[in-house]
Amino acid sequence: MSKLVGTETVKRGMAQMQKGGVIMDVVNAEQAKIAEASGAVAVMALERVPSDIRAAGGVARMADPRIVEEVMNGVTIPVMAKARIGHIVEARVLEAMGVDYIDESEVLTPADEEFHLLKSDFTVPFVCGCRDLGEAARRIGEGAAMLRTKGEPGTGNIVEAVRHMRKVQAQVRKVTLMSDDELMTEAKNLGAPYEVLRQIKESGSLPVVNFAAGGIATPADAALMMELGADGVFVGSGIFKSENPEKFASAIVQATTHYNDYDLIGKLSKELGAAMKGIEISKLNQQDRMQERGW
Amino acid sequence: MHGFEQKKIGVLGLQGAVQEHIMQVEELGHNGMIIKKPEQLDEIDGLILPGGESTTMRRLIERYDFLEPIQTFHSQNKPIFGTCAGMVLVAKEISDSSDTHLKLMDIRVKRNAFGRQKDSFEAELPIKGMSESFKAVFIRAPYIDSVGEDVEILATYNNHIVAAMQKKILVSSFHPELTDDTRFLQMFVDMF
Repeated sequence: MSKLVGTETVKRGMAQMQKGGVIMDVVNAEQAKIAEASGAVAVMALERVPSDIRAAGGVARMADPRIVEEVMNGVTIPVMAKARIGHIVEARVLEAMGVDYIDESEVLTPADEEFHLLKSDFTVPFVCGCRDLGEAARRIGEGAAMLRTKGEPGTGNIVEAVRHMRKVQAQVRKVTLMSDDELMTEAKNLGAPYEVLRQIKESGSLPVVNFAAGGIATPADAALMMELGADGVFVGSGIFKSENPEKFASAIVQATTHYNDYDLIGKLSKELGAAMKGIEISKLNQQDRMQERGW
Repeated sequence: MHGFEQKKIGVLGLQGAVQEHIMQVEELGHNGMIIKKPEQLDEIDGLILPGGESTTMRRLIERYDFLEPIQTFHSQNKPIFGTCAGMVLVAKEISDSSDTHLKLMDIRVKRNAFGRQKDSFEAELPIKGMSESFKAVFIRAPYIDSVGEDVEILATYNNHIVAAMQKKILVSSFHPELTDDTRFLQMFVDMF
């Protein structure tokens, strides 16, 4: 029997299996095991979590392959890793190592300020960040099998993720209600591939899963993003920068599953200890806004 | 439709491809319901354990006390359909692991048996009882490496068992809910 690997169905399907779940940033096998035990659906292997990348400054690159390998050997859930925007070789190296998903991520310093990766060329699936439907559709056009909001990583501030999720949802609704002859102009205005918009109009939704990311720090933040229509959440610095990572991880998983059970979320939020310290977005210098990376 | 009886089919909604199953259930004209609390099991005729991360689902099943209620559901002779992670959950035994889950079906399952995501694949698969092949989508999929006596094998891929049935339980390594093909779900409904 002949088999096909790396098809659109197989790539997008992998992301569909992650729905309703939490993907956690980890920097070593020990953290990955804590994440797995708390019920994470996947881990993102990194050299530093976004808030530490902010603090460290300099150029942020793909993680040391030893860290990625250590995490892959440490858990049975899927392992994702980040490559710089447009960095073909980092992405190929991660693919060769067998990571389950690559995040072409604005958290790292972009390698290319003009071109994103042609993700359809790869067998491994990709997730990409987006702030609006134009960006979402461009990434889908390049072959991304999963989307996430960009938010503002490493801030512990949910405001940008909310903005991006609402924007994409509103624009999807608008496209769905458009007449056929309005669609090309919308594609021009959004800078979106026409074919992707047509698909969205026909199905009434994005053709790939869309998670929330960039600023989720508490169980209530995770539940808020689910309430707003996210398919699941990425938590970066929020877990291992909190006072009690085990408790935080488990509480965020539960709040994501039962995002409209407010009694439960209240209960989970009690006695959690301090969340990560957040950053007010307006206090960030323009050049420190990660969401402006990529187009 | 002559002789059509609408069923209420629940999909365990702790994590995973829940909506995909609900859509297929509704496409066949049945009533789909997302199950998030054990007491909801009383309201349904059959239960689907969807694809997702089996480790995550198992933790949530324990945390929300689903273990016994699902076992009771099964002992009432109500049908259960497990896809991928769902197949891992119903197995009596998991290879290379002391973890067991619901222990409902006489099979031993190997998790991520085909490898990591880069090895995920689709293939046209002949399935017992179907005249035409089925587009089977395998994602970090498990397979069954041994079965008990009264387990009926429905499909194999490279000599590995990837679909089977025992009394009121149906399982597949692959994801019928990721295709437009409702024949596998129909096979489940026919078990009611």
